[in-house]
Amino acid sequence: MSEPQTALQGATAQGFVTVSEDGLHGMISLRGDLNDPKLKAAVAKLTGAEVPAAGRISWKGDRGVAWMSPDELLVIGPYSSAGKDALVLSKALKGVHHLVANVSDARAVFRIEGAGFREVLAKLTPADVSMDAFGIGQIRRSRFAQVAGACWMLEEGSARVVCFRSVAGYIFGLLEHAARSGSEVGYF
Amino acid sequence: MSTRLATGGRLLDRTRGLEFTFNGKRLRGYEGDTLASALLANGQTLVGRSFKYHRPRGIVASGAEEPNALVNLGESGRFEPNQRATTTELFQGLTATSQNHWPSLEFDVGVLNNFAARFLPAGFYYKTFMAPRAAWKHVFEPIIRRSAGLGKAPKDRDIDRYEHFHSHVDVLIIGGGIAGLQAARAAGASGAKVLLVEQTASWGGRAPVDGAEIDGQTAEDWIKNALVDLESKANVHLRSRCMGAGVYDHGYALAYERVADHTPGDGRPRHRLWRIRAKQIITATGAIERPLSFAGNDIPGVMLASAVRDYIANYGVSPGDRTVVVTNNDDAYRTAIALKAAGLVIPVILDARPEANGALVEEARDLRIRVEVGKGIAKVKGGKKVTGISICAQAGEGAALEDIACDAVAMSGGWSPVVHLWSHCGGKLVWDETNAHFKPDVDKAPTNQSGEGFVKTAGTASGAMSTGAVLQDANDAGKAAAKAAGFSAKSTAAPRVADVPEQPMAAVWSMPQGAGIKKRMKMWLDFQNDVKVSDVQLAAREGFESVEHAKRYTTLGMATDQGKLSNINGLAILSQSLNAAIPQVGTTTFRPPYTPISMGAIGGEARGELFQPVRQTSIHDWHAANGAYFEPVGQWRRPYCFRRASESVEQAVHREVKNTRQALGLLDASTLGKILVKGPDAGKFLDMLYTNMMSNLAVGKCRYGLMCNENGFLIDDGVVARIDEDVWLCHTTTGGAERIHGWMEDWLQCEWWDWKVYTANVTEQFAQIAVVGPNARKLLEKLGGMDVSKETLPFMQWANGVIGGFDARVFRISFSGELSYEIAVAASDGRAFWGALIDAGEEFGLMPYGTECLHILRAEKGFIMIGDETDGTVIPQDLGLEWAISKKKTDYLGKRAQERSHMTDPKRWKLVGLETLDGSVIPDGAYAVGQGRNANGQRITIGRITSSYFSPTLDRGIAMGLVEHGPDRMGEVIDFPTIDGTGTVIKARIVNPVFFDKAGEKQDV
Repeated sequence: MSEPQTALQGATAQGFVTVSEDGLHGMISLRGDLNDPKLKAAVAKLTGAEVPAAGRISWKGDRGVAWMSPDELLVIGPYSSAGKDALVLSKALKGVHHLVANVSDARAVFRIEGAGFREVLAKLTPADVSMDAFGIGQIRRSRFAQVAGACWMLEEGSARVVCFRSVAGYIFGLLEHAARSGSEVGYF
Repeated sequence: MSTRLATGGRLLDRTRGLEFTFNGKRLRGYEGDTLASALLANGQTLVGRSFKYHRPRGIVASGAEEPNALVNLGESGRFEPNQRATTTELFQGLTATSQNHWPSLEFDVGVLNNFAARFLPAGFYYKTFMAPRAAWKHVFEPIIRRSAGLGKAPKDRDIDRYEHFHSHVDVLIIGGGIAGLQAARAAGASGAKVLLVEQTASWGGRAPVDGAEIDGQTAEDWIKNALVDLESKANVHLRSRCMGAGVYDHGYALAYERVADHTPGDGRPRHRLWRIRAKQIITATGAIERPLSFAGNDIPGVMLASAVRDYIANYGVSPGDRTVVVTNNDDAYRTAIALKAAGLVIPVILDARPEANGALVEEARDLRIRVEVGKGIAKVKGGKKVTGISICAQAGEGAALEDIACDAVAMSGGWSPVVHLWSHCGGKLVWDETNAHFKPDVDKAPTNQSGEGFVKTAGTASGAMSTGAVLQDANDAGKAAAKAAGFSAKSTAAPRVADVPEQPMAAVWSMPQGAGIKKRMKMWLDFQNDVKVSDVQLAAREGFESVEHAKRYTTLGMATDQGKLSNINGLAILSQSLNAAIPQVGTTTFRPPYTPISMGAIGGEARGELFQPVRQTSIHDWHAANGAYFEPVGQWRRPYCFRRASESVEQAVHREVKNTRQALGLLDASTLGKILVKGPDAGKFLDMLYTNMMSNLAVGKCRYGLMCNENGFLIDDGVVARIDEDVWLCHTTTGGAERIHGWMEDWLQCEWWDWKVYTANVTEQFAQIAVVGPNARKLLEKLGGMDVSKETLPFMQWANGVIGGFDARVFRISFSGELSYEIAVAASDGRAFWGALIDAGEEFGLMPYGTECLHILRAEKGFIMIGDETDGTVIPQDLGLEWAISKKKTDYLGKRAQERSHMTDPKRWKLVGLETLDGSVIPDGAYAVGQGRNANGQRITIGRITSSYFSPTLDRGIAMGLVEHGPDRMGEVIDFPTIDGTGTVIKARIVNPVFFDKAGEKQDV
């Protein structure tokens, strides 16, 4: 059996920033009452990270928890253990009304690296991605041109963009176009 | 004739000469020129022809308000018509051609229209082309299309690229003149995030040309210092070549950045559309000078007074050796003084006011310039260029008092603040009697979501008419905007200015005031669209009293300049004709964009490959590499069929159908919607959503279900699988996944918010592959890993397991009537799993099939398709699907509606199968006709085709359709007239819609 494949098999493009498709991430959609102590404990136990406040993403090592809506989290971790992790969460939440779904394969993730990464985002998303509105620990669920997407920052100087797998090619095209040398805006 | 002066031109770099062509003629200019200034420098005063009469047109203005100097710019992939010469920066190799002339600019046969002008008055088109109808198409339209119209349509694909840019700021300031700069300073000092945009390439607006002393410095120095100051501030961003195009609700604004218009082909995007969210917007958009209405005011060489001094000061260009200045205000004297300083001759200044003694007037007199008060221009002489004028008394009817030779006329009818952006989102205006212009009504600003004003004006745009007042107003606006955006403004004082006092202007709407009809027919209001004073007066007489009606009747202000020069003059004439005050007549509506912006900028990156998202499954690349002929299904691309060698599409489809029925087919069904529904109330929820019961479905089993909307109409269908005690997986149609997920969330969030149900759209998590045909089980058994026998995994059940090493969920469901397994694997494994099936399937005759084969297979079985058998007006009962409607349930969405009389009417058209008597295929959508005709004389229709195919299995045409009393008329033959003009009628027999394997034995093995 062959290795699981990302949508674009690691495509990259070099402009005034580098755009590259990231490898597969474990991603689990968790819906429930985010204030429920059992849910908080289950998330903390699996990831080591706290349930984040609205618009935030919390990390511990290679695991993260992103706020997606008032009743939805995205639990991020290694791809290889996502199925198992989803079962762990389900078990821990027995008796609590919730939904756990492994969506690791329904997503594509892109890295935008380089000083101008905010400009590339700002060409495509109406979300405010300026320094004072978007930084490490924040996640923005928004759109990129014509499709849904989210972005977050893990470290200074780069951002991650996540979208549905089926539009990975479209998003990559958008990012590549937005990052083309000569189109620096010089704004942020 | 216009020419380049030996010295001067503050925007020019005279060390950098540029070559360009106009109508093929090689000309020279300098870096810093606009195309307009460079044309004038080369003596090219004639630049185009007017829209209706093809009259010669010269450059009138120096900025965005220019109505005449529109050119075809560039070539092939960079060709663009209607480009304004006054706002086009000159670059090396620029090519321009003039527009709207035939055969040449110098000699235009269309000018005959000019002599026919008395036959082409306002409303001419409406009056003339009413009848006869045929004449429009064959006579009038071809002629008008040839003679009217401006630039040529581009023929080649645009080779440039475009983009958008989103920005969020506290204060957006539109206009980089001294008002904009001061407002930015005042707002920026508070710490607010400020974006200042300026449409031209240079900062400071008119101040350096008009001359002013600000804080003891020249305007030029003050601007330089202000820029240095602003550029040093991290919270202020400056953007030149960026025009505020529109102001919209909620502080949204569009700005149009012309990134590379002046450096074509340098790899940068040509235009960038800024999409700005601002808490507060300041429009510091300045003012536009008005022309005066005198006979012959459209002859090339007649220019705005402000433009004349712009060309002298900014570009070192003289409009002519002898320039007559005609005015109703003091400001135009600045032009005379500038001309004099440049060593040019001013034969006379004609001032329509009875007296003029302001400081600028006295300065002109001191320079020994002849000033005539109470006088105006009786008429301008000349054809393609000004040769002279006749002087008359402004108070009279225009008797010529004296003829004066000149080659240019500088006119000024006063100034109108640019209120466009203030007005876009509802800002109101007041009439300022002193300055005879509309200015923003500060008490009636456009309001935001909190009902508070979010637009302010600054400087001349507010109606401030002196430098001191401009800077004071701008300073106040900047501070007020910062405060309104939530910052505490610093108490910075406005710069000190020693204003030159000016005497009041006098409103002059017609020169002379008593001009007769002959003169009024030569007084142009709208230069581009050829609207004259007489046309507006005629419109008023004919009853077009509303300014909006008069505009459309006369086409005043409807040209590409949108009446920037003509608007106020036109409505002043209208108000006079109606004996109403100007504010009572009001203005036409100001709509964005301020000046035309490119379609490229609006589209941004959305062109070519990025025009719209195309969704691809994880197996897409294999399809593309193996002959797939794609069709769009929603935003997905799905293989319609897989063509082999020289096969036609039809041949491929027929092969795929036969092979799937006889051996083994493989379908990429990944696009089907998959929605998880979980929770204690999930069963109850699904019982409401589907017409049949889902709560009693056993874990491990599948059931086909129908979804209707509140009106009872069928909106989606699919197989539901019970995954666990409180988990269901709902399959939807390909196009329905997002819609149905939204539908579910809508009911859960808005109506049944207390039901404990969560949903998740997991469509893209899985690659789903249908293995279909008599050999399906053999293939899966060969790959091995789980028991797929009939005993362990019977029809309409599902199981988790491993197939060929892949974790899989296998559904025994069939949309083809064949033995069929739909196998879901992780999308990341989809491509590999498909490959494993293809490789292992060869010995079983496996062939992939596409959507058309899928359609035929299901039609042969009489399975309905959402979007074919349904169109938003069809209920399940119409389709004979009563078996899928629960009688036990007290309610489901659509139940009540389906009980209404119209829905239970026995005359509703119902689903039947149709077989043509001759075996041919009935055109899809064909209507069946009955006896007689309806009230409109049309044949009575009794049914229509919903699906129609050639069935390779049965070797004949088969169809499904909705027919009145259809199920009761089995065996009857009905008529389907064709619409191909042959008059043929296709006869078809009503049959059972299940054409193949009526007992359903093949799928249940």
